[in-house]
Amino acid sequence: MIRLTVNGTAHELEVPSYRTLLDCLRYDLGLTGSKEGCGVGVCGACTVLLDGKMISSCIALAAFADSREVTTVEGLAQDERLHPVQQAFVDAGGFQCGICTPGQVVSAKALLDANPNPSDAEIREWMVGNLCRCTGYYKIIESIRVAAERSRA
Amino acid sequence: MNAFDYRSPRSLDEALAVLGEYGEDARVVAGGTALVTMMRQRLVQPSCLVSLRAVQGLDRIETDNGGLRLGALATHREAETSPLVRERIPVLAETFRRVATVRIRHMATVGGALAHADPNQDPPVTLLALGARVEIRGAQGSRELPLAEFFRDYYETALEPGELVTAIRVAPPPPASGAAFLKFLPRTADDYATVAAAAIVILEPDGVRCREARIALGSVGVTPLRARSAEALLAGEGLSENLLRAAGEAAKTAVDPLSDHRGSAAYKREMTAVMVGRALTQAWEAARRAAGTR
Repeated sequence: MIRLTVNGTAHELEVPSYRTLLDCLRYDLGLTGSKEGCGVGVCGACTVLLDGKMISSCIALAAFADSREVTTVEGLAQDERLHPVQQAFVDAGGFQCGICTPGQVVSAKALLDANPNPSDAEIREWMVGNLCRCTGYYKIIESIRVAAERSRA
Repeated sequence: MNAFDYRSPRSLDEALAVLGEYGEDARVVAGGTALVTMMRQRLVQPSCLVSLRAVQGLDRIETDNGGLRLGALATHREAETSPLVRERIPVLAETFRRVATVRIRHMATVGGALAHADPNQDPPVTLLALGARVEIRGAQGSRELPLAEFFRDYYETALEPGELVTAIRVAPPPPASGAAFLKFLPRTADDYATVAAAAIVILEPDGVRCREARIALGSVGVTPLRARSAEALLAGEGLSENLLRAAGEAAKTAVDPLSDHRGSAAYKREMTAVMVGRALTQAWEAARRAAGTR
């Protein structure tokens, strides 16, 4: 039995020991925003926040989240309003096919939570583990820059 | 992944008791980045995972007889950003910063990386050059080993069944010394190194000549290793192109790399010489700045 809070809602779940956090979110809780890409912690599609820190949920056991708080991409928008990072990705064209986008957006939110005014170098270093095969990254960086500027305004 | 018992003890004693109960079928898990990945790939199939995540106090980073003690459960990110590590042993903070991605550094732990004993890892290289010591706990009590004696082979350490790593202790380099860690990454920024090199140069009182040098290398053997024949060439000498070339050539004789997608064995051997030369140059310059002779 594990107890975890996901996007502000408390859950009690009976999960097998080998359940990854990603599978728990997707199959036990129906939160399919987080994706499985590589399955070995490299691509970033499964990025979620565990107690505010971004992690790869595909190589975390669900048991690691016992008594802790998880934030997924589904937890970013409030009252039908997109999170500023999500809105910036829409406005600046930060995605194309979309498969990596939940991970990109969650990572970018974590960056701006930790560092509201990142330099381009800091954005690049932070986002290095979120792979995108469509955009060439420039528009992702631009989206994060836009989100940071708007948050400061 | 196979099914296994998951135990999350609250104390070290309890963890050691569970390890004793399951014997060699149990594996200790901390951040899980290495172990869970290997379990997903069915490379290991333990019957029990003993998580150290709920054991209090194992993640502390603190001063220790003028040096530092990094608790086994401190994450790479905590080691990288710790003001203590940055101030006392900046090369160590910089080394942790070069590991994988921020996301993985939030998960992977200092002690887990040592116990995993993959020769491609970065922190063991710098820790080896710094002469770090591993703190080990077992049912019989505690013991400490120089890191150089801890790594035995690919994924193999001096840990006995039922033992676990509790911390790593690192003395800061002496005054009038400099250190550098360099990682040769021809592919991507988050990759393992093709060759990694750490160098520490301690100067003579003249602030110019080398009294002692330590060179450690990663990704070029079955364990991280010291290039002692190269180190021996440097004692008493002043920095010169010829000396760096000779040290690089000597380092090549210490390594035994494998050909893989990060480069052929011959290429890694050549790049070992290059990286040793660069790391020594940086460490020497840092030492001269510290000695005020530059």
